[in-house]
Amino acid sequence: MTGLGARAKRLEDLALLTGRGRFAADISFDGQVHMRIARSNIAHGRIVGIETAAARAAEGVIAVWTAADTADVPLIDFRQAQVDALKPYRQPILARDVVRYVGEPVAAVFAEEATLAEDAAELIGIEIEPLAPDLVAAGEPGVFAPGLGNAPSVIEKGYGDLDAAFARASHVVEIEAAVGRHSGVPLETRGAIARYLAGCDLLELHGAAKIPHLNRDRLAQMLGISLDRIHLHEGHVGGGYGIRGEIYPEDVLVCLAAMRLGRPVKWIEDRFEHLIAANHSRDQAYRLRAAVDENGVILGLDATFLHDQGAYVRTHAATVPDLSCAMLPGPYLVPAYRARGRIRITNKTPAGTYRAPGRYESTFARERLMDAIAVRLGLDPVAVRAANLIPRDQMPFARGLETLGTEVVYDSADFAGLLARFIDHFDYRGIQDANARRRARGERAGFGFGYFVEKSGLGPFGVAAARIFPDGSVEIVTGAASVGQGVETALAQIFAETIPVDLDRITVVHGQTDRIAEGRGAFASRVTVMTGSAVHLCATKLRERVLTMAGALLQSAPVALTLEAGRIVPTGAAPGPSIGLDEVAAAAERDGDPLATEEKFLCDHMVYPYGIHGAQVVVDPETGNVKVERIYVAYEVGRAVNPTLIEGQIVGGAAQGVGGALFEEFAYDEAGQPLAATFADYLIPTACEMAPVDMLVTEDEPSPLNPLGLKGAGECGINAVGAAIAAAVGDALGRPEAVTRLPVTPRAVRAMLREAPPG
Amino acid sequence: MTGERVEIALDVNGERYEIRVEPRRSLADALREDCGLTGTHLGCEHGVCGACTILADGAPVRACLMFAVQAEGMKLRTVEGLADGDRLNPLQQAFHDHHGLQCGFCTPGFLMLATGVIEAEPDISDDDLIEALSSNICRCTGYQNIIKAVRAAREQMRG
Repeated sequence: MTGLGARAKRLEDLALLTGRGRFAADISFDGQVHMRIARSNIAHGRIVGIETAAARAAEGVIAVWTAADTADVPLIDFRQAQVDALKPYRQPILARDVVRYVGEPVAAVFAEEATLAEDAAELIGIEIEPLAPDLVAAGEPGVFAPGLGNAPSVIEKGYGDLDAAFARASHVVEIEAAVGRHSGVPLETRGAIARYLAGCDLLELHGAAKIPHLNRDRLAQMLGISLDRIHLHEGHVGGGYGIRGEIYPEDVLVCLAAMRLGRPVKWIEDRFEHLIAANHSRDQAYRLRAAVDENGVILGLDATFLHDQGAYVRTHAATVPDLSCAMLPGPYLVPAYRARGRIRITNKTPAGTYRAPGRYESTFARERLMDAIAVRLGLDPVAVRAANLIPRDQMPFARGLETLGTEVVYDSADFAGLLARFIDHFDYRGIQDANARRRARGERAGFGFGYFVEKSGLGPFGVAAARIFPDGSVEIVTGAASVGQGVETALAQIFAETIPVDLDRITVVHGQTDRIAEGRGAFASRVTVMTGSAVHLCATKLRERVLTMAGALLQSAPVALTLEAGRIVPTGAAPGPSIGLDEVAAAAERDGDPLATEEKFLCDHMVYPYGIHGAQVVVDPETGNVKVERIYVAYEVGRAVNPTLIEGQIVGGAAQGVGGALFEEFAYDEAGQPLAATFADYLIPTACEMAPVDMLVTEDEPSPLNPLGLKGAGECGINAVGAAIAAAVGDALGRPEAVTRLPVTPRAVRAMLREAPPG
Repeated sequence: MTGERVEIALDVNGERYEIRVEPRRSLADALREDCGLTGTHLGCEHGVCGACTILADGAPVRACLMFAVQAEGMKLRTVEGLADGDRLNPLQQAFHDHHGLQCGFCTPGFLMLATGVIEAEPDISDDDLIEALSSNICRCTGYQNIIKAVRAAREQMRG
């Protein structure tokens, strides 16, 4: 079985298992120059002078650039969630006059070898007159530049009569909840290799990822070259998670240098740079105020939060706080709602998206609220959630909010049904009983869970071109991108569902702007839904042609034929002649009309998968260490293309969720120096910290918005992990509301233990 | 500044590579840049993530924490030496069968780490295996399928 639902093994694996991958650092061109960036080591200050003479004179150095050399290059623009008020806060490719975070690019050195570029960069003297760093988003706003404050915008969304809701409420429940500064931190650091082919006036950027077509458009604009003179090429990509593949200063610099120096230019980031220069994320602090009735039903929700954007507003503009506002109500009815997210500029590394942006944070806050309602009203946490869920008969459910240019309309869901299945499948009552017994023995064991809604399949389109060659092999060219999630396998399976051929006869091309005119890349859990639907349209169209042609060749009615394992055969067990797909394709080529088509799938609305995360933990009262013993995930995916890959996404996301809940944080000292600039400080869970994950993936509510009923799975693994672990720690300590901030460090747990009832 | 280069010979996967490197050249850089063996990846260059793990005289080491000159005379094994052409070895096959990789960047390091661990201790317990695998970082898989794959390979390699 190779089509939908098959646990097919991945087409991607062979090269990756044998060391033949082509990641950014593996790409080299003859005569290439290496770039090294000299970065600010001061969080905030005025640039008094940049001494470059020694670097220029150093061995192997070809050029040294500062902002003066790149003054004609515009600021790096936004690509979505545009807000005019944020425009003055966009980042220049090299710091102009002022440095605003430790790690900000100040100068670029180009040399014959990477080591020589690095040596020379250390000779650059950056003289900075320090200014007071602003590191507390909750503090009094300050000044970004003359006439510009550092609290530039408030994202506001809402609906319903909030005042009336509070007037009717029997209780008002108020909480605070904050999520620290985390990021995706892929194992492969960033990299960019640009080559300018003067003979054909063509610029190539290798090491592209995530959104090659969108970045082609932006880079062409920034560099002032026409769209047909620039191509982006994606190789293997060592993890994305939202942060990789956005346009950063370094991408623009290598392109510019390749054109100006007339030689290929290669830049490979080191890990220290990555942790201080690539996008951070999260870092939101919420205050929620809910009007509830005596049954714990929310009548109205008033939410405010601070979004610590860091030093500049990068390509995502207001994406993250916008999604926070739009997705905060989650699976609950919440008849009246207002959210206000204040974007605050600080002297930290700029922030962007990280897997489930705005949801990991808002789910944490919302589910903390649900637990608080249960505690304060003396209700069961499951019952409180059940009482607030949007009923299935209200689907599709228009939230009355917009985000990323699209209305939030839940396409299909049975929230109560999945909650019941979660409780039953994972034996929720049994888990509670077991924890009660353990706690009676003095163990600090606890369980917690959180409900979440994801969003997936951001439009407006997905595009694919498919061709069946005369040898029966298939090429599918897409505008999607791969960040390691198994795009090739999933898209091949979708094709093979309609035109059954062995998956290894299918080649899926992605991330090559010279192969297809447009594409939307891989973000927002969109590839399977949007590109997958386009592939399905291609396969459907080709199937019709194949059967018609085969009918003519076999002198048989097309309706009497079907496709099986690369052959066109009579339907059922009927006897009769058959013909190979390769033969039909060859006939089509002879006719001058190959079996080829390009299809676009259009959809203005996102689809909304959903799920529940549970966490079982035990707390060590001596050290404050939290051990996650098991994670439980129920997830509604609409239709599973490859269950193994979906489970892989869930477990991988869950591990990142555990990291954000317990270990990972980009902390700063009072001078704005980053305290997590190595893997010894930014702690990523290893095999020892990660717990087994039990999963229930359901296909009960296929999406009505695409032909196969697909919903995405890229971000579901992480969404409510923080919320679940927070609740579990509170349960273990006998203080259900104790956790108000992630990560829950051992120090924080020890402080909670001092106020916990005796174990 | 560029130091004088020294001539060394590295024995990698049974082949002899004669290269000229600066004394400060890390073993990982020498393998990648001078021997052309780019299967060994660099994830942190400070010895934590383990993406650059190779076997030196049978022991898993961080190739980013050794100088190339220190590796002279050692028998080095890298990911390129595991398969026989396109025929995966049992550990590689187990990673494929159990979906033990996603982006694949950490995979060479995990393959070499697990090879070294199982060869040294074919009867390693499940708990000790997890402890050993915690030497390396994977950001995609959450480890569950890596652990499954290495356990399956351990059974098979035991015979």
